[in-house]
Amino acid sequence: MSEVIASKDFQSKVMDADKPVLVDFFATWCGPCKRVAPVLDEIANEMAGKAYVYKVDIDQSPDLAASYRVNSVPTLILFDKGQIKNKVLGAVPKQQIMGMFA
Amino acid sequence: MTDIKTYDVAIIGAGPAGLTAAMYCARAGLDCAMVEAVSFGGQLAQTEHLENYPGFNQSMSGYELSEIIHQQAEGFGAKTIYDEVTSVDFQSDPKVLTMAYGTIQAKVVIVATGARPAKLGLPNEDALKGSGISYCATCDGNFFKGKDVVIVGGGDTAAADAIYLSRICNKIYMIVRRDELRATAIYHEKLDHLENVEIVWNTVVEEALEDDGMVSGVKLRNRVTGEESELPVSAIFIAVGTTPNTEFLDGKLELDQTAHIVADEMGKTSVPGVFAAGDVRTKVLRQVSTGVGDGANAADAAADYLLNVM
Repeated sequence: MSEVIASKDFQSKVMDADKPVLVDFFATWCGPCKRVAPVLDEIANEMAGKAYVYKVDIDQSPDLAASYRVNSVPTLILFDKGQIKNKVLGAVPKQQIMGMFA
Repeated sequence: MTDIKTYDVAIIGAGPAGLTAAMYCARAGLDCAMVEAVSFGGQLAQTEHLENYPGFNQSMSGYELSEIIHQQAEGFGAKTIYDEVTSVDFQSDPKVLTMAYGTIQAKVVIVATGARPAKLGLPNEDALKGSGISYCATCDGNFFKGKDVVIVGGGDTAAADAIYLSRICNKIYMIVRRDELRATAIYHEKLDHLENVEIVWNTVVEEALEDDGMVSGVKLRNRVTGEESELPVSAIFIAVGTTPNTEFLDGKLELDQTAHIVADEMGKTSVPGVFAAGDVRTKVLRQVSTGVGDGANAADAAADYLLNVM
């Protein structure tokens, strides 16, 4: 399971990370989020050493959801050196998520 | 060269129809695999409450039900391959499914790829998706707590979405093209009792208004009077039917005018040994219950084909 991070850890774990970070903004009540979760775990394993995968629970971290204008779950955002590199909305096939790193 | 696995039956899609087909195939002793692009459940996984699936009351969410059927299918030996089929060859023997991360072969193929919500066709629709335009009220409704929103459509999905949103949002305008609802009668009464749902009849959405990249309202046109009006809303939920997921077939099966696979009740398509089940097929009523029935029929037809034709 990819780690769910709190708002207070976002700076250190995502913005200041030494590698690209894929963040899954999800909600516990969202069906498609549950659908995409195992795919993200697979990607986390495959990308180990090359990227990090974290999850943000939008109900626990409404501040992060607001600052990244997340109005749909799941929303996947790829950060690199503190910048947004790519964004995908909804539960999508694995290769589309992998394509975010390209 | 790596060995390519050949299954008795490959099922493309693991929504209600695909899951049921897999369960019946596996239980009949066939070596079968479901190929699912995202995860099992399909549209069912987005359904908040199932009111009309026999044997389950409102306590069951669509996701939970899909999880149970998936476990049931795997329990009989069906496999799940999480990958997206990108192209098919139905003329070779066995038939070949090319996926993003691999290839499999199968003696028989059941296509159960279902459908996705149809777009309204607004110029800025894609740009505003996730910024106020949504096709899934149960997914995105919570982002618009206490706000005014519109739901576009007059069918069962639109009605169920309006009822769901009425518990979260301040005011819900239901924009209906005609002067009546297509939705099942039970919804009419429920909607009548909801004080914060207002149905706007004979009306279509002309434009999604935006402010700083977010939906700020809708421009409406009354189809009878031609009168135009604007409503300030934070979100536009769209429930105007579905589009079948048949693009990947690339003309290899006969489709009808709405791009659904032409298939009979047993799922028989224009190609021998290829069957279609669920929302992707030509049919009148697209429900979990009819998808499940289709899956069982297609599995039976597949078993029969393996026994008598091959």
